[in-house]
Amino acid sequence: LVGAFRLRPWLAPLLLALFAGLLLAVDRAGSSYLQRIVILVGINTVLVVALNLSNGFTGVFSLGHVGFMAIGAYTSALLTLPLALKATNLPDLPPWLASSELPFLAATFLAGLVALLVAFFVGFSLMRLSGPYVSVATLGFLVVVQVVLVNWETLTRGARTFSGLPAFTNLWWVWGWVALTVYLAWRIKRSAFGRNMFAGRDNARAARALGISILRSRLLAFCLSAFLTGVAGALWAHFILAFSPKSFSFAMTFQVITMLVVGGTGSVTGSVAGAAFFTVLSELLRNAEGGLDLGFLQFPPLYGASQVIMAALFILVIIFRPKGLFGDRELAWPAWPSRSRKKKEPEAGGGP
Amino acid sequence: VSTTEFVLQLAINAFSIGSLYALMAIGLAMVFGILRLINFAHGDMIMVGSFAALLANLAGVPFALAALIGVASSAVAGIILERVAYRPIRGAPEVAMLLTSFAVTVFLENLAILIFQPRSRPFPDPGLLGQTFTFGNLRVAGVDLVSIGVTLVLLVGLTFFVTRTRLGTSMRAVAEDLLAARLVGIRINRVITAAFLIGSAAAGVVGILWSARVGKIDPLMGFYPVLKAFIASVIGGLGSLPGAVLGGYLLGFLEIALQGLLPTALVPYRDAFVFVALVVLLLFRRQGIMGTAVQEGD
Repeated sequence: LVGAFRLRPWLAPLLLALFAGLLLAVDRAGSSYLQRIVILVGINTVLVVALNLSNGFTGVFSLGHVGFMAIGAYTSALLTLPLALKATNLPDLPPWLASSELPFLAATFLAGLVALLVAFFVGFSLMRLSGPYVSVATLGFLVVVQVVLVNWETLTRGARTFSGLPAFTNLWWVWGWVALTVYLAWRIKRSAFGRNMFAGRDNARAARALGISILRSRLLAFCLSAFLTGVAGALWAHFILAFSPKSFSFAMTFQVITMLVVGGTGSVTGSVAGAAFFTVLSELLRNAEGGLDLGFLQFPPLYGASQVIMAALFILVIIFRPKGLFGDRELAWPAWPSRSRKKKEPEAGGGP
Repeated sequence: VSTTEFVLQLAINAFSIGSLYALMAIGLAMVFGILRLINFAHGDMIMVGSFAALLANLAGVPFALAALIGVASSAVAGIILERVAYRPIRGAPEVAMLLTSFAVTVFLENLAILIFQPRSRPFPDPGLLGQTFTFGNLRVAGVDLVSIGVTLVLLVGLTFFVTRTRLGTSMRAVAEDLLAARLVGIRINRVITAAFLIGSAAAGVVGILWSARVGKIDPLMGFYPVLKAFIASVIGGLGSLPGAVLGGYLLGFLEIALQGLLPTALVPYRDAFVFVALVVLLLFRRQGIMGTAVQEGD
């Protein structure tokens, strides 16, 4: 892989340990605000890296992944909602669902699995499309998911807010999934599957001529990506604790895509950096949006300002650095060791 | 209500909504034909036109003139949009251009939220627009009649422009082969500006009619219309102007037919069915009804 930066063998575990120590410090001593941000960075990292698997690696630019997130969120919420609450809030559930209350790990896995199954059925037809067609068709998928969520009242309470799910999500769950996601993406990128994906993206005809099944590699990426997105949806649900179909909006789609594109479609490092940067930025901007009081100077609340700034940044990046900060490359900037959590050595087969 | 009347009523509704889709889709098709850009921000031209018209109207300008101001504002906004956001990325990969137009949408919508607040505002429907006519059991809204009439007039004008004028011919030439058009001395920038001007003005017209029909406007109002218009232009064949018009009317009829024929329990799922139909069409005939063959394998 072009421009891969090799860490020294002894440095990798050291940095990992350092990062784990940082997480521990935040968990133990950080303010609850700081903890929230670190958790959000983690969830967004899973979302962006997962999106990168399909949009970056295969070039099938999905705009509908937030739909998988919604599926994961609702699945996990339904599986973990306390039984008493189920009886009052969702009285018409089928008996097997009304009587089950799963632990978090099982619920997140099932959330991912349901998203994966849906992705398989949807992807089986959608992955045959390409370019802008697939983008808009996947956006259509998001609309379909929303329509179904709003109308399937027995399971979702319709357009009303779904709440009452237990606050399972914490730093360790989230960053555990981050580690798994990043590791998976990293390995896939260097595997034969990953090379097939990139080949199909860069030159579909040449890839076909070499006997690569583009549909199969795209479908694989799409399903895996949906699984991780579903998991991220579950993590998000048990973090936010109250949501409605409206939460899984166009605005959220755009936010994840911004993180991906600015970081660099195709680069796992870029996804992580993009997620971290934009989560913190949008959190800061959102604070400023509600009005800023600097003592001597007061700014009035400016709703929408953060999105305006994010969108402007996004356009500038596309114009001036169309491949994003990292392009396809990984960890090309060794001067930033603290930013880069996943020190999986690109040794065997990862040559330049 | 007899069956004939029921069908007739549905047909009028379908024609009216289809007209708006067709007008929207033309703007998308013109730009896509030339630049290969799916201009999602086209929906926001609706919003710009509606807000401009409403502000002018609230400032005391009579509605007809305010509507013209709205349409003009949309046209100007479209030209600025092309110049500022799209020209720098001209020739970029299709997905990059699509993403840019998404970013522009988010930018414009939130700018509008910043300026006008997110709440919706009532939009007037004076004169003919607000009336309802009854013919026997048939009830026809004035805004439906105006939509159908205005669209027909505009379509005739547009056909004349595209087939009979020099600029229109240039536009078709550029859409067919940009490089060759440039070689024979067509000024590409002028043609592109014209495409954005015409498309955005049409979106402005849609904005006025749509807002008068719904009765309120808000900064995010452009999203669903542009999504529908996109479906319409895909049905007709992306980039084909007659296709866009045909697709707009077909979509209008499909929606109204689903609305009228689906069992009541399934009616809320109408938009889901529309998208499924779109995907099926894309799988079997990606170039749409009137589009030219799409290159395989990319």
